[in-house]
Amino acid sequence: MSNAATFDTRTDTAIPVESPLAYSYRRSGAPRGSGYRLKLRERAMQGHLILRGGAIVLDEAVREVLGISLPGKPQALVLDASGERSIQWLSPDEWLVIVPGGEEFPLETQLRERLGDAHFAISDVSGGQTVLELSGEAARELLMKTVIYDVHPSNFPVGKGVTTVFAKATTILRRPSEERWELVVRRSFADYCYRWLLDAGSEYGVNVEQ
Amino acid sequence: MSQSKQQVYRLNTGGRIDRSRTLSFTFNGQRYQGHPGDTLASALLANGVDIVNRSFKYSRPRGIVAAGAEEPNAIVQLGSSEAAQVPNVRATQQALYDGLAASSTNGWPNVQRDLMGLFGKLGGQFMPPGFYYKTFMAPASMWLTYEKYIRKAAGLGRSPMEADPDSYDHFNQHCDVLVVGAGAAGLAAALAAARSGARVIVADEQEEMGGSLLASRETLEGKPADQWVARVLDELASCENVTLLPRTTANGYHDHNFVTLHERRTEHLSDTAPVENGHRQVRARLHRVRAGQVILCTGAHERPLVYAGNDVPGNLLAGAVSTYIRRYGVAPGRKLVLSTSNDYGYRAALDWKESGCEVVAIVDAREAPKGDWVDAARAQGIKIITGSAVIEAKGSNRVTAARVAKIDIEAFKVSGPVQELACDTIASSGGYSPVIHLASHTGARPNWRDDIIGFVPGLVKGVQACGGANGCYALGDVLAEGVEAGIKAAAAMGHAVQTVTLPSAERLQQGPAVALFQVPHEKPTLRGPKQFVDLQNDVTAAGIELATREGFESIEHIKRYTAMGFGTDQGKLGNINGMAIAARCLGRSIPEVGTTVFRPNYTPVTFGAIVGRHCRDLFDPERYTALHQWHVERGAEFEDVGQWKRPWYYPEKVNGKTETMHEAVARECLAVREKVGILDASTLGKIDIQGPDAREFLGRVYTNKWEKLAVGKCRYGLMCKDDGMVTDDGVTSCLAENHFLMTTTTGGAAAILEWLELWHQTEWPELDVYFSSVTDHWATMTITGPEARKLLAEISDIDLDRDSFKFMDWRSGKVAGVPARVFRISFTGELTFEINVQANYAMHVWQTLFKHGEKYGLTPYGTETMHVLRAEKGFIIVGQETDGSVTPEDLGMQWCVGYDKPYSWIGKRALTRSDTKRENRKQLVGLRPKDPKVILEEGAQIVLDPKHAIPMPMVGHVTSSYYSPILDSGFALAVVKGGHQKLGETVYLPMADGQTHEAEIVSTIFYDPKGERQHV
Amino acid sequence: MFYIYCPYCGEHREEEEFHPKGQAHIERPKEPEACSDEEWGDYLFFRDNPRGVHHEMWVHAVGCRKFFNVTRHTVSYEILETYKMGEQPSITADSQSQAREGAAVSQQEGVRA
Repeated sequence: MSNAATFDTRTDTAIPVESPLAYSYRRSGAPRGSGYRLKLRERAMQGHLILRGGAIVLDEAVREVLGISLPGKPQALVLDASGERSIQWLSPDEWLVIVPGGEEFPLETQLRERLGDAHFAISDVSGGQTVLELSGEAARELLMKTVIYDVHPSNFPVGKGVTTVFAKATTILRRPSEERWELVVRRSFADYCYRWLLDAGSEYGVNVEQ
Repeated sequence: MSQSKQQVYRLNTGGRIDRSRTLSFTFNGQRYQGHPGDTLASALLANGVDIVNRSFKYSRPRGIVAAGAEEPNAIVQLGSSEAAQVPNVRATQQALYDGLAASSTNGWPNVQRDLMGLFGKLGGQFMPPGFYYKTFMAPASMWLTYEKYIRKAAGLGRSPMEADPDSYDHFNQHCDVLVVGAGAAGLAAALAAARSGARVIVADEQEEMGGSLLASRETLEGKPADQWVARVLDELASCENVTLLPRTTANGYHDHNFVTLHERRTEHLSDTAPVENGHRQVRARLHRVRAGQVILCTGAHERPLVYAGNDVPGNLLAGAVSTYIRRYGVAPGRKLVLSTSNDYGYRAALDWKESGCEVVAIVDAREAPKGDWVDAARAQGIKIITGSAVIEAKGSNRVTAARVAKIDIEAFKVSGPVQELACDTIASSGGYSPVIHLASHTGARPNWRDDIIGFVPGLVKGVQACGGANGCYALGDVLAEGVEAGIKAAAAMGHAVQTVTLPSAERLQQGPAVALFQVPHEKPTLRGPKQFVDLQNDVTAAGIELATREGFESIEHIKRYTAMGFGTDQGKLGNINGMAIAARCLGRSIPEVGTTVFRPNYTPVTFGAIVGRHCRDLFDPERYTALHQWHVERGAEFEDVGQWKRPWYYPEKVNGKTETMHEAVARECLAVREKVGILDASTLGKIDIQGPDAREFLGRVYTNKWEKLAVGKCRYGLMCKDDGMVTDDGVTSCLAENHFLMTTTTGGAAAILEWLELWHQTEWPELDVYFSSVTDHWATMTITGPEARKLLAEISDIDLDRDSFKFMDWRSGKVAGVPARVFRISFTGELTFEINVQANYAMHVWQTLFKHGEKYGLTPYGTETMHVLRAEKGFIIVGQETDGSVTPEDLGMQWCVGYDKPYSWIGKRALTRSDTKRENRKQLVGLRPKDPKVILEEGAQIVLDPKHAIPMPMVGHVTSSYYSPILDSGFALAVVKGGHQKLGETVYLPMADGQTHEAEIVSTIFYDPKGERQHV
Repeated sequence: MFYIYCPYCGEHREEEEFHPKGQAHIERPKEPEACSDEEWGDYLFFRDNPRGVHHEMWVHAVGCRKFFNVTRHTVSYEILETYKMGEQPSITADSQSQAREGAAVSQQEGVRA
């Protein structure tokens, strides 16, 4: 084993949780209505793990435990068949794994067992970030107002993800499917990002699904 | 408001205006009418408005001169309501809409009868360049008084006094090819690039794309040129890979082909943005374009000739006259005299004549002009006076006559008798100046070409200029250059070349132009009537001549001395003429005199577009903890710490009155010292460190030792830069043999993570260790005070016994049913538990603590109380006690320095440099004011002898100062030269108000000096 | 605003994603205690400020968080190459002295309008 401490930060008991946008909904509301060209939805409470190590070290273990192969190419994002689990390249020795909430601790444990004494690191960041899902015909225009990265389909096909600048904050932007974009934002910036998206999207109309 | 006037100068036919609809607008309170397709300028001309402004310095009446961005006079204030005010709009670039309200920018109090006019007439000859500097600057104290009136009289437009109701945007664009300008060259280039499949953006500043082709008398394929324009635009609009941006000015050209475009999305519709489908539209948008290749098709500006009285309303550019007639159906006068140095100018006379108005004469500076247009003019029976020029325009509020004479350009003199021709309009053409502004933003210097009598742009990598911008004016050549540039740009971006068939253009015979800039007058320049070079800034030929006589030789100095090319004008009309005059006076050639370099922005940009959405509550990110809503509901005042909003203090209502900060902080401090307080410490930076070499790495980046820290233990650590100066501190805990959790200061979190990566990636890649930020993952709640253990015991399964869970230990377990790591560390000196839970559970845990905490007097406290409590204990705050020039030894923290560690950790070597070893370095001490009621001012300077003559030698300054409720006294931390050897000595703090405070140098620990309370 | 090729991401990215970190190839002396004050001072404080080709260290801060090197012309601001940490530049002031002379001269400095 890697001689690191693991810690399941979740509990099964019925304890109220608050997603990073809980405050934002109460403060700024969640507009709904017809005539909108944008849809926004928080995919809250998922399991987020940061995986560090050499690609060669990690690849086999990830494939065995998670059933998907580790993307070795820069900016690559791969999903499992259900689309619920994903791994994204963040840097030559860093990946973001997102799985349904509650799966992250067993996953970490299994990966650690499988990787044994190899040099790697796994950090649970599930409480520290959330996913904002964006769709609708004006999604790309909204992103052009928001991120500095080129989101044209010729440069940003499905299966790509990048870390980039979001207004005056940062985000991990991913494109899991033709219609959907995902913005992984840090918890403390989530309210700023939410208010920004509502404001920048106002000319198109935004529908927020809670 | 008076009755609408007739559009007396409107032609019955022609132009791209819709005569079937009438728009109503006001100018200086007078109501007028125009048509869709008009600009404000064309509508004013149609209505016979001669005077649109008063000039900046001399307050002379001024009329419309140009038809585009180069217009120097018709600068107006726009907006029908206070909130919608926009200053400095060029009437030539403002589309007319129903209800438009505009007024002159200059001309307080009235544009027609101007107070300053009198001053202008009297003072005119007494106001040479440098007039303001020379006249009003002495005595210096009076400048503020003069300035108010001078500025008001000068008039520069005004900003709105009410909030702007509109919203603005930034758009991040990326493309293979950016085409700037959609005239003949731009459209040809865009077409070629578009057909290759490259991603193309075409930006054009006008209401309609097509540039000069929209008003050209030339044909393409034997048909009016605008038919070709429409066809090309149709094709471009149908291409998915092409973005067409009309009403969009390329304003700045920055490094690596980064170009900013200012798109006016709704300014042609109304003065506030319209609502569509219930959603208010964006008024203006700033496109931030990263282009692979840029093609500059910005065309050329016609140069006016510089003759006496050339600023009287009714003096226009020849090309502008054509544009108003052919594009807007307006003849800006009745009787025209044209003064030209080239064939192009003839078009104005031909258009004028064809519109049914009278051409009095064409005055051509060339002895024997010949060419197709010259022939056409002769065929029309227009009188041509050769070898001559208009040397002076007569009239005050409108041209009444042109004084015409033979001139000798070489000798710079009038060489024949003067005749006066009655007219109301004088058009002039001195040739063209390529619009090189954007190219020169890149730092590339323009190059002079004698053959075109103008500068062409110098070019950096990835940019081409074609058409007028490149000094190429014949339509057929312009189109060919455009296509070639488009193909080349697309190919450079890896897109296959497609053939583009060019439309056939007329091949016109043209005679050579003559280089004429300033026209000689019978009187010498310095004594003759004013010849304006820069109309917007009231710079005259005499002013430039005077500047050269006063010793200004560099064109950059002449520019600054005379103000030539200042303001919104940026030298569009006047710069080349000004350089030519300077060259004449200095006996040099124009390229020897040089050219000024233009800066962004090409035309004024509204603050709204610059700011975009980064305003109001989106000005800067506000970072919130998971407990933010609780703090808000509890009525906390917030403090900005970096981008975080942290509770500063929680004022309570006592007997119906809200506590002051002082009262709240005193209550919060005592609650912690006597009962138990709670702080939201979630903002502290947290870095997860894993790997077999993690411990070794910590030993290298911290000043103290880490090799023996056991699992389950925490340790305070101090970090230096390699210069030995303290840069951060925090507690790091050993979670497992190869696993540590580091905390950093709130403000230092991102920088410290980058710092660790820097050393790992550049100096010590051999160490097996990884760092990941977990700051946002954990919420941290600090309960501190004598009752902290009892409170936590009620809701946690962790064994809190003082002997099994010691000070500087950490344990995991459940708190309020939630998995938690609890750290027994203290920043207050009291018994403290820092509870860390996954942030999504934080609100539940916090509320549960309060449910159980009431009976213990649990009190929330903010950053101010935190500061007081830590200062009472002498705990430093990095960035407050330190400023990048303070070593661990200066802080008296030798106990935190591992001098004998085997590796030369970051900062160690520097601690033995002579400067860091100096004995009289500023060292951290405590200060106790002699009067306990005094709270010393943070930043106050410390002296040893208050009777010393000013300037007194200063020996240090106060870094932190507060009132301590538990001591009932003011106290402070300070850095004092050699302070560690000065305990017990008295120092003095002279204040700005004349008082001098006395204080004693004491230990930095004011409360519980043995540190017993945190161990209970 | 620079457009910088990140050798780890394999793409050009906007300058806003990067932080400049000063002169490249500054190596910390292996034995700091063996350095004289002057040598240590050189390492800490003294940097080149060439007119022309310069090697700088940057970090892709909002991106892969990797440090890398940039060879940049300090007059034209042209980025001539970027390369990974630990690698050596293929373009240097020496290698460029003949080839780039002309280009640099045409980029005269001047007071801006």
